Amino acid sequence: MTADDPTRPPTRRRTASVTACPDGPLLVRGDVELVDDRGNPVDRHRATVALCRCGSSAIKPYCDGTHKAIGFEAP
Amino acid sequence: MRLPVDRGPLSTEVRKVLQAEPGSARAADLVPVAAEALRTTDDLLADDDVQLTLFVLYELHHRGFDDVDDRWEWDTGVLAARGLLERALESTLRERVPVPDAVPARRRAVADALFAMTAPRPGPSVARYVWRHAEREQLVELLVQRSIYQLKEADPHTWAIPRLTGAAKAALVEIQADEYGGGRADRMHSALFARTMRGLGLDDTYGRYVDAVPAVTLASLNTMSMFGLQRRLRGAITGHLAAFEMTSSLPNRMYGDGFRRLGADLDTTWYFDEHVEADAVHEQIAGRDLAGGLAEQEPQLVADILFGAAACLYLDDLVGTHMLGAWERGESSLRAPVTAAAEGAA
Repeated sequence: MTADDPTRPPTRRRTASVTACPDGPLLVRGDVELVDDRGNPVDRHRATVALCRCGSSAIKPYCDGTHKAIGFEAP
Repeated sequence: MRLPVDRGPLSTEVRKVLQAEPGSARAADLVPVAAEALRTTDDLLADDDVQLTLFVLYELHHRGFDDVDDRWEWDTGVLAARGLLERALESTLRERVPVPDAVPARRRAVADALFAMTAPRPGPSVARYVWRHAEREQLVELLVQRSIYQLKEADPHTWAIPRLTGAAKAALVEIQADEYGGGRADRMHSALFARTMRGLGLDDTYGRYVDAVPAVTLASLNTMSMFGLQRRLRGAITGHLAAFEMTSSLPNRMYGDGFRRLGADLDTTWYFDEHVEADAVHEQIAGRDLAGGLAEQEPQLVADILFGAAACLYLDDLVGTHMLGAWERGESSLRAPVTAAAEGAA
C-alpha cells in the first residue's frame, strides 16, 4: 500500500490539497513546504493558509482579502 | 469578573436575584420586571438596562461572575426572564435587518450572497477613521469597546460545533482551532487582543471595562450569545461568523496601520496583523464550507444563515455609527472615562 493509495483510510493519509476559491485565493492544507525564490522557507503560522492569486496582497505570498477590493476575477 | 453596575430597574432586580441563594423564590419576580422593561423601552438595541441584563444573563453561560453562585446558570426563573428578553431581541432584529431572499440552498449561491452582502464599501468607517485620524484616546476607546467580545473571541460561535455535522462541522472546527491559536495558548486571538490592550496601557482582565461600554456594544455581543446558545439558531450563528470573517481582513490592516501611525510596536499590532492573514483564510472556509456546506445539508436554514450575517453587519454598523458620531462631535463613545497607563506603547 503506497501513500497515494485511495483505499487507505483518509485519517492515515498526509496528502496536501490546494483549493482554488472562486475569484479568491488558493487554500493550502496539509504538509507543504512553502519557500521563496531562493528556496528559503516562508514563515507559516497556521495549518491552512491562503495564497494570493490576484497579485495585489500586501502580505504576499499570503492573501489579505485585497482581491475583493479590486474586483479580481479568477481566470 | 464581578457583577457590573446596574443601569435601571431590571438590571437592579437581576443583581439582587443573582446575589441571593440559588433557588430563591425571588427569581420568579424577574419576569414581570423584564416585561415592564420591554413595555417601556424606546429602542431595545440602545436600551442600557435591557442589554446589560442580557449581558449578565448570558455571561452566566460564558465565564460567570465571582460574586454569583454558578448554579444560577440553569435556574428556571432566570431562564424565563432571559427567554422573554431574547425573544424581544430576536424579533427586533428580524424586523429591522434586511435579508436577501431567493438565495438557493446551494454552496456557491450562499457563499456568493454572503460575499456580496459583505463586499467592501466606500465611505466612513471606524477602521478608516482609526487609520487616518484617530488619536491615542480613541485607540483606547476602540480597545475598550472591543474588549467585551475580543477577550472571549470565538467563544459564542464555538457553541455551534456540536449542533453541526459533516462538512459544516469540520469547517467550523478548522476555523475555531486557528482562532484558539492552533494549540498554542499564547497565539489565541483573545490572548493577542490582551497583548494589544496591555500595549496601550489598558488592564486586560476579562470583563474589566463592561461598565464603560454602551448598550449597542452589549447588543452586538448579546446577539452572538443568543445565536450561539440556541440550537434552533445554528444557521444564524453560522451566517454571523461568515459575515464577521468576511469583514475583517481589510479593516484590520487599517487598524494595524492606524496604531503604527501613532507609534505602536509590532507586539501591540500583532492582533490586527494576525487577523489580516488569518481571516483571509477563515472567510473562504466560513463562506463556502461552513455556511455553504450547512445550506446544502439543511436547506431550510438558508434564510437564517443570511439573517445571522445581516444581523452581524447591522449591529456592526450601529456600533460604528455610535463611535464615529461621538468622535466627530469631539466626545467619548464610552459611558464612563477609562484611564490607560501613559507608558503604553502608542
